[in-house]
Amino acid sequence: MMENVNIFINGVSYSVPKNFTVLEAARQVGIEIPTLCYLKEINEIGACRICMVEVAEGPRPKRLVTACVYPVSEGMQVFTNTPKVIASRRTTLELILSTHDKKCLTCVRSGDCELQKLCKDYGIDDANRFAGDRTEYDVDATAAHMVRDNNKCILCRRCSATCAKIQDIGVIGANDRGFATHIGCAFEKDLGEIACISCGQCIVACPTGALYEKDQIDEVMDYLADPSKHVIVNTAPSIRVTLGECFGNPVGTNVKGKMVAALRRLGFAGVFDTDLAADLTIVEEANELLQRVKNGGVLPMITSCSPGWVKYCEHYMPEFIPNLSTCKSPQQMFGALAKTYYADKMGIDPADIIVVSVMPCTAKKFEVGRDGEAAAGVPDVDVALTTRELARLIDRAGIRFNELPDEEFDAPLGESTGAAVIFGATGGVMEAALRTAVEWLTGDELKALEFTDVRGIEGIKEASYKVGDLEVKVAVASSISCAKKLLTKIKNGEATYHFIEIMGCPGGCVNGGGQPVQPASVRNFTDLRGIRAAALYAEDESLPIRKSHENPTIKKIYEEYYGEIGGHKAHEAFHTHYVERNRF
Amino acid sequence: MTNKKTSVPFNGTPEQEQALQKVIEAHKNERGALMPVLQEAQEIYGYLPLEVQEMIARGMDVPLEEIYGVATFYSQFTLNPKGKYKISVCLGTACYVKGSGDIFDRLSRALGIGNGECTPDGKFSLEACRCIGACGLAPVITINDDVYGRLVPDDVEKILAKYAD
Repeated sequence: MMENVNIFINGVSYSVPKNFTVLEAARQVGIEIPTLCYLKEINEIGACRICMVEVAEGPRPKRLVTACVYPVSEGMQVFTNTPKVIASRRTTLELILSTHDKKCLTCVRSGDCELQKLCKDYGIDDANRFAGDRTEYDVDATAAHMVRDNNKCILCRRCSATCAKIQDIGVIGANDRGFATHIGCAFEKDLGEIACISCGQCIVACPTGALYEKDQIDEVMDYLADPSKHVIVNTAPSIRVTLGECFGNPVGTNVKGKMVAALRRLGFAGVFDTDLAADLTIVEEANELLQRVKNGGVLPMITSCSPGWVKYCEHYMPEFIPNLSTCKSPQQMFGALAKTYYADKMGIDPADIIVVSVMPCTAKKFEVGRDGEAAAGVPDVDVALTTRELARLIDRAGIRFNELPDEEFDAPLGESTGAAVIFGATGGVMEAALRTAVEWLTGDELKALEFTDVRGIEGIKEASYKVGDLEVKVAVASSISCAKKLLTKIKNGEATYHFIEIMGCPGGCVNGGGQPVQPASVRNFTDLRGIRAAALYAEDESLPIRKSHENPTIKKIYEEYYGEIGGHKAHEAFHTHYVERNRF
Repeated sequence: MTNKKTSVPFNGTPEQEQALQKVIEAHKNERGALMPVLQEAQEIYGYLPLEVQEMIARGMDVPLEEIYGVATFYSQFTLNPKGKYKISVCLGTACYVKGSGDIFDRLSRALGIGNGECTPDGKFSLEACRCIGACGLAPVITINDDVYGRLVPDDVEKILAKYAD
């Protein structure tokens, strides 16, 4: 057990673990010290100086230290609210504002900006106290998924540390020095020109509005107002357990019913569930896996649901492209399904159907425009919104979300299973695929549906299952740094598997780059991924059908339209291809 | 220092690349090896263009942006080659009050390049420098080892014409 030390915070004595920082100790006893640059285990650099506290140790007189990186020691006295501390924090804020554009009224993060909140908390009454030179930066809107506005950047490095450490990619970082320092890409290239995988983890790390998704709300509203278009929407598995956060609900609240009600009130002609397409992904993918195993195809097969991961593979590890499942992602399968089967059934020209998807992901905005994603000759999906954009759309439409009744998804594309719901958590696709593949391989009904070895928020999980005569070896990785570790092991011949699930974001879609932004004060001390994932597993358990291949709609669409699973027509609609992309 | 990709075409030789690969190999698994590798790379090539930084990124499995960030942080590194004729304009106090800023601007306009840059044909590079100790001749510029003093902006074209070869 970790040893404790006794410290005093604002004169009150506490016993706290010896390895704590002053920030962690204060937080444990209910005192919040403000932070800007600090992201636990990602960016611990003590750079922004907002977390200053006064500390007295032994005979040394009181002095200001950065609480986020300063370790506690026996007998230490900490003062978090002295006039000196407050004055220091205030000056820091005023200095940050001296190079900030201060355009809060038109900022997407107004209301949930960490800098704005601190200015309010500390009573900053003169935003121009240190007026002087300020560099004007061009706004970079060249990427399909996001915008960078360095005029709002406070140089905290949370974005670049996330890119480098969580994703092990590092395409953004600090360039130049001193007053000229700015976050940019190598050789000042634009975001659209570099090997960025579009995961959006930098966006959810940003404390201000310097990084944000490309907003497509107006586009959706225009479509909804166009009577010649049949506009339908589908929501990814994880949205139901995260959207509520945007309306003040606790992390992990399942708001599926209200989400459906809100979408209906926004005027969508069909409110559907991406989960159906997740079930579709499972039957196509499980079939592909069995074919590869049977016919000596390329193994391990790796999932292709996460467009961030797929883009990473194409840029950085193209040697694994033959391992990628050719199955489209659930989003794209949904679009293909809508513009072939659904269009046919409804008697609507696919060109007049607009598919809007709500995704936990910014890379989905990139995926929409990929080659080979147009089953009916028009793009499978027209607009991919993030969870955050949907929340803003609901607000803009004046819908009081929390007062809505609970409603059900529409037929015929709203029926799904527990297997599909857990797609939103790392290990979920693997578990869903196993529920189907094992039954298909053995011909027997599974007794226990839970494959708990592949659950949990660990970055890399491995398991082995005896299926008939076959020892099936699987692995699950979430975040690119973990995926890279796993794939490097395979490359070096240190491990072999049949099937691997990779998600680009740590924890999977519940923690995707399009999810609600939680401030560092919450992120640093809450297991967001675990709590959000638990809500998905709870829904899985509550559903009557929990295996993808038993979804009645899935059976029906193959019978009525596509023929065989993995057959010619299904292949045309639901499979895609990949390209090698430049690393630099 | 300008931090855009230089317009001078890269013409590294196989020998230079071999030398750089050797350097990378020697430092590959060292912690904090990037600085020495960049220093040696600049020794080999004279500057750190995109092509060289990419070789280092690949060889050391370090993000290109990290390399670029380091290269633009330290003033000892340059992304631009030196020209066949290296022009230095003294912006020390004495030269500056005697109008060397105007000389610099005139050179910059005549050559179409900014501070730290090199003309696309690789002929002239331009940089501002600190006092070179020839204050009696202020304002002063040097072109390789030639010193020109007591200049007015209109002298610039005449001087450049001497380096027509």
